[in-house]
Amino acid sequence: MENNLLSGDMRLLDIVASMPTLPGGAYNVRKNGQKAARAVTENIDIESKADGSGIDIIIKPGTKSESVYIPVILTESGLEESVVNDFVIGDGAEVEIIAGCGICNSGSCGSSHSGIHTFKVGRGCRVKYVEKHYGEGSGDAVMNPSTVIMLGEGSVFDMETSQIRGITSTKRSTVAYLSASSRFNISERLVTHASQEAKSDVEVFLNGRDSSLQIVSRSVARDSSAQVFHPKAIGNAACSAHIQCDAIIMDKASVGSIPEIKANSAEASIIHEAAIGRINGEQLLKLQTLGLSAEEAEAVIIEGFLS
Amino acid sequence: MLRFDSVCYNAPDDGADIIKGLSLDVNDGEILVVTGPNGGGKSTLARLAMGIIRPASGRILLDGEDITEKGITERARLGVGYAFQSPPRFKGLTVKRLLSIAAGGEVDDAECCRYLSRVGLCAADYLNRSLDATLSGGELKRIEVASLLIRGLRVAIYDEPEAGIDIWSFNMLVNAFATLGREKSGALMIISHQERVMQMADRIAVIADGTLADVGETKKMLPLLTDIFRKDCIKANGC
Repeated sequence: MENNLLSGDMRLLDIVASMPTLPGGAYNVRKNGQKAARAVTENIDIESKADGSGIDIIIKPGTKSESVYIPVILTESGLEESVVNDFVIGDGAEVEIIAGCGICNSGSCGSSHSGIHTFKVGRGCRVKYVEKHYGEGSGDAVMNPSTVIMLGEGSVFDMETSQIRGITSTKRSTVAYLSASSRFNISERLVTHASQEAKSDVEVFLNGRDSSLQIVSRSVARDSSAQVFHPKAIGNAACSAHIQCDAIIMDKASVGSIPEIKANSAEASIIHEAAIGRINGEQLLKLQTLGLSAEEAEAVIIEGFLS
Repeated sequence: MLRFDSVCYNAPDDGADIIKGLSLDVNDGEILVVTGPNGGGKSTLARLAMGIIRPASGRILLDGEDITEKGITERARLGVGYAFQSPPRFKGLTVKRLLSIAAGGEVDDAECCRYLSRVGLCAADYLNRSLDATLSGGELKRIEVASLLIRGLRVAIYDEPEAGIDIWSFNMLVNAFATLGREKSGALMIISHQERVMQMADRIAVIADGTLADVGETKKMLPLLTDIFRKDCIKANGC
């Protein structure tokens, strides 16, 4: 096992992938464009691509209750990288995949990471995919994650993404193709500060009978930051989709929500809900009457909203 | 003891007189029920006491201390509590977290359960529920009452606690107030139109058209009020 990780790296890894120490199962840690640590198990194999562009993660059919960590950290200023990771998940596998990217940029040059993750999910799988983005330091941190998911019959894919702090600019693209009786759940949490920009495009094709989609997006835009959401659901069969985007807007921020729903089958049922507004005044008052200051009340409301 | 001393309040939009030089005491250890016609100024009085709105003139005193210029948070920390008539909903904030905030620190499950049970909620089902649209209006209202019960308040003000809750929960609520009354720990002001709530009161105050129309002991006030209600009913419906 190679290991080039310092204690500062472990701190960053704890923030983005909840791994304060190297975990017991499979993992691949990428640091400043290089493989820093890797471990595989009998059921989960990780291999570097021949051209060096990324890794292949192969999960055997029938794998049960295993996790694989594949975080990326950038600690050098001015580093720009693009990574291609391909996941092949065998039939009936039940796995948790923890990704995440942390940039610690204390220099003056911008650092950026573009990750392209493609999931080929077999039949009857249960996949939980967790991705956290975090940046710190004075330099710009740019992250442009792209995720493509092909979901096999009867599989369930839960995707949890969060970006809480320090990312100057992000453009997220998520595309999914759903087979019969498969289910795709997206839970997105986003907070932007200062003059940060965030754009999230989601496009889901519900191709199989009884496929379903749920997107729950909660965001907070502070200062003069800007967010744009563009969720798109296309129902090509008897299917159901529910998209819910809620945003709290503060200061001089801007938030746009551009829903797009399309049904190509009379049996498709697709719902979109979107709400953007400032913190409810009655909520603030209620918490103040319980003894919190206005600032404490605001923090409690936001914490709950994003939980 | 909470004292309203010659309090006046004008509407912020058109300056209309909502409270007109009203003076009223809510004494320690007593239950004072405030009743009267809709739009008479009862809720305004509660919001003035909590500091949500400020009087144009007059003073508000807590145990002799002038709190007129103090803000909501400060009054809350001094021991003034206010249960909203229509409590707001919160996405993601759990019942347990709200009760912990109300209690001023982390409260364990057993303690939360004790207070939720007092308002007729099966506590284990509710602790980790979010205070969002999945709760009915009645459930939200009872949690609101529990969030005041859990605090050791010097003055507790309940704004129509019975509104929107079912008859079974109402009975639990009446019992909860009766217990509070027996404990005689602080001053309790309940805005209500319910005869059963009034029957528990030590005194009843009638607020109408921004003034204190009448105040007195329950045994004197209740028959008068019953008479007034009957006359109003005859006037309105010819019954």
